[in-house]
Amino acid sequence: MATFNWAAIDADPGFRDLHARKTRFLWGLMAFSVVYYFLLPIGAAYFSDLYRVKVWGPINVGLVFALSQFVVAWGIAYLYARKASVFDAMAAEIARKAGALGGRP
Amino acid sequence: MNRSTTLALSTLGLATLLLFAAEPAFAQAVAPQWRFLTFGVFAVIIGVTMYVTYLAAKRVKTSADFYAAGGGVTGLQNGWAIAGDYLSAASFLGIAGLISLYGYDGFMYSVGWLVAYITVLLIIAEPCRNIGKYTMGDILAFRNNPKTVKAFMAVSTITVATFYLTAQMVGGGVLVKTLIGIDYHYSVIAVGVLMLAYVLFGGMVATTYVQIIKAILLVTASLIMVFLVWFQYGFGGPEYFQKVIGDPNIQARVAGLLGDASKNMTGEQLGQRFLEPGLYLKSPIDQISLGMALVLGTAGMPHILMRFFTVPTAQAARTSVIWAMAIIGGFYVLTLFLGTGAAMMVGSANIVAADKGGNMAAPLLAQFLGGGPDSMLGNLMLSFVAAVAFATIVAVVAGLVLAAASAMSHDIWVGVIKGEHATDAEETRAARICSLIVGAIAIAIGILAQGQNVAHLVALAFAVAASANLPVILLTLYWKRCNTGGVVAGLVVGTLTAIGLVLVSPNMTYPLQAKAAQEKIIATSTAKIEQVNAELATATDPAQREKLEKDLAAAQKTATVAQSEIDKLGTKTTSLVGLEKPLFELRNPGLVSIPLGFLAVLLGSLLYRDKRAEEMWEELYVRSNTGIGRAAAAAH
Repeated sequence: MATFNWAAIDADPGFRDLHARKTRFLWGLMAFSVVYYFLLPIGAAYFSDLYRVKVWGPINVGLVFALSQFVVAWGIAYLYARKASVFDAMAAEIARKAGALGGRP
Repeated sequence: MNRSTTLALSTLGLATLLLFAAEPAFAQAVAPQWRFLTFGVFAVIIGVTMYVTYLAAKRVKTSADFYAAGGGVTGLQNGWAIAGDYLSAASFLGIAGLISLYGYDGFMYSVGWLVAYITVLLIIAEPCRNIGKYTMGDILAFRNNPKTVKAFMAVSTITVATFYLTAQMVGGGVLVKTLIGIDYHYSVIAVGVLMLAYVLFGGMVATTYVQIIKAILLVTASLIMVFLVWFQYGFGGPEYFQKVIGDPNIQARVAGLLGDASKNMTGEQLGQRFLEPGLYLKSPIDQISLGMALVLGTAGMPHILMRFFTVPTAQAARTSVIWAMAIIGGFYVLTLFLGTGAAMMVGSANIVAADKGGNMAAPLLAQFLGGGPDSMLGNLMLSFVAAVAFATIVAVVAGLVLAAASAMSHDIWVGVIKGEHATDAEETRAARICSLIVGAIAIAIGILAQGQNVAHLVALAFAVAASANLPVILLTLYWKRCNTGGVVAGLVVGTLTAIGLVLVSPNMTYPLQAKAAQEKIIATSTAKIEQVNAELATATDPAQREKLEKDLAAAQKTATVAQSEIDKLGTKTTSLVGLEKPLFELRNPGLVSIPLGFLAVLLGSLLYRDKRAEEMWEELYVRSNTGIGRAAAAAH
């Protein structure tokens, strides 16, 4: 079944670079989104006075913060979609080279 | 008998069942003279989905077609299908209801259901697409001992699916009964039979199309309703919310929720309070625990993960999550207006009168927007929303049954029992037989669990998925040292702690506490009855007397209901597992069970030696990041 030399691809600088960039980008974004999300219930419980502050007519900080969660989630999706085209190109390059890195190990 | 004849006959049978079932029932939301509208709308939706199933059935020839629609679904289609798979009646009716009754807290509750997809998008969807084939077991089997992990993963998949299915079947049965007045048992059977028709004949192809149709219907219905609400109250923005806080129905609701604390508040302050946190969610720790289960559990839900095997590439998997996030997020923003609109137009008193949990808020809003309970358009709109809710339940149940059946046939029967030696025709037949078994079990559970409180089962399904499924998938994909020992330990510990903690949590019924609570209600009502009686003795004004008599009847009814609740509890003094009071104070176990699940995978992996897991790591890691070799994986 193994038609590629996986160890060689794994050690390839191109793959190492893709791996490092993806790890940094994805887990960084993941950590940010988790923190941003959990601030919502934590804030509602412990900083409810702040949530009551009106910013636009009857619309208060709490409502804006909750709505911003949607915008942030969509923003993350957009950022990732843009960044992913770079990753895709790098992966395609690695796939193209994969044959040259040795067929059957 | 060929397939199309069978399909036509089953459609006919189902229509007859619905008509027959309507006879002994009594009218609920829709008055009898408007029943024909309900059946008309239902017939159209069932007819369209059945026709789609008929077309799909012709395309389902191999096991790849049955499990994964042959990998031929586009990113956009899959995005709609994910939304259709995910937006259960709980989110459509439940969240709109929570917002209509509790304002801000209901909306805050909806946020976690969208944020969950960030996890799916960033770390789960694409690697799973590159590594897996049809089931979650396939992903784990890539580097771990295939037979062992497939067996354990299948059990966990079936466990999660069963909890979720039970909640859907019971909730669906009650819902259909409330909406159109069909007897509970027939409702459950109708949902089950229809779902089985989609799954058995059309496999993943039909399930996908049914989910897409349902999602489009759901979004359309919500958009129409929100526009009608906006038309009356202003298009979003401060103008709209000014109407919300100035609304007498909402002010009365907040005053009722706050009780004595609201005595010195002005109407405007009461209305504003509706847009502030704290009316529903009282325990922040419990909410964080639920949030963890959502954010990690969605990515471990078998019916959601399975959808990524239906697209041709990792790029399409990514596109589908992005579409799903746009649709699901947009839908939850709409529910803010559905909920507040229902709170203003229908009023919380009417919503609670129709269903204690608020599930009827959106349907009643539809009826109101169309012109009220006596108008034809109002009842047509109510029927439409009811039919959408019905389609919602059927589509979600179909996805769950397909996921559970795939685990049984692909992982257990082919993978474990036959040792991967089964022809494709045998596997496809096994998948259909397993679907039939799971579907029959779902109907049986739905009937047996009538009247049980199943709301916490959805949260439990997410908790098990987050504590058992997600840790083993995540660490198999990203941690070099992960192996079979860790996977088995994680699945066992995660599942058992999540279930165990719920069994000793406040979700269960504790007869002594429940009795005390009801006795308190009786005491309050008795005092109220005495007070009203005293006032009645002196009151002379007829209007005043009428109001007092109404109060008296209401108080007497409350007392009778409370007494019947006490009678229902009987002489039991302990909960299902023999406790007088909860041992674990949280309703959602995630906060404890998720870290334990991860810890079990770590320890299990470190204590166990598995050469294959180490040897396969490089291949798995290269493949999951680049997609190299995926075509070969699909063909083997």
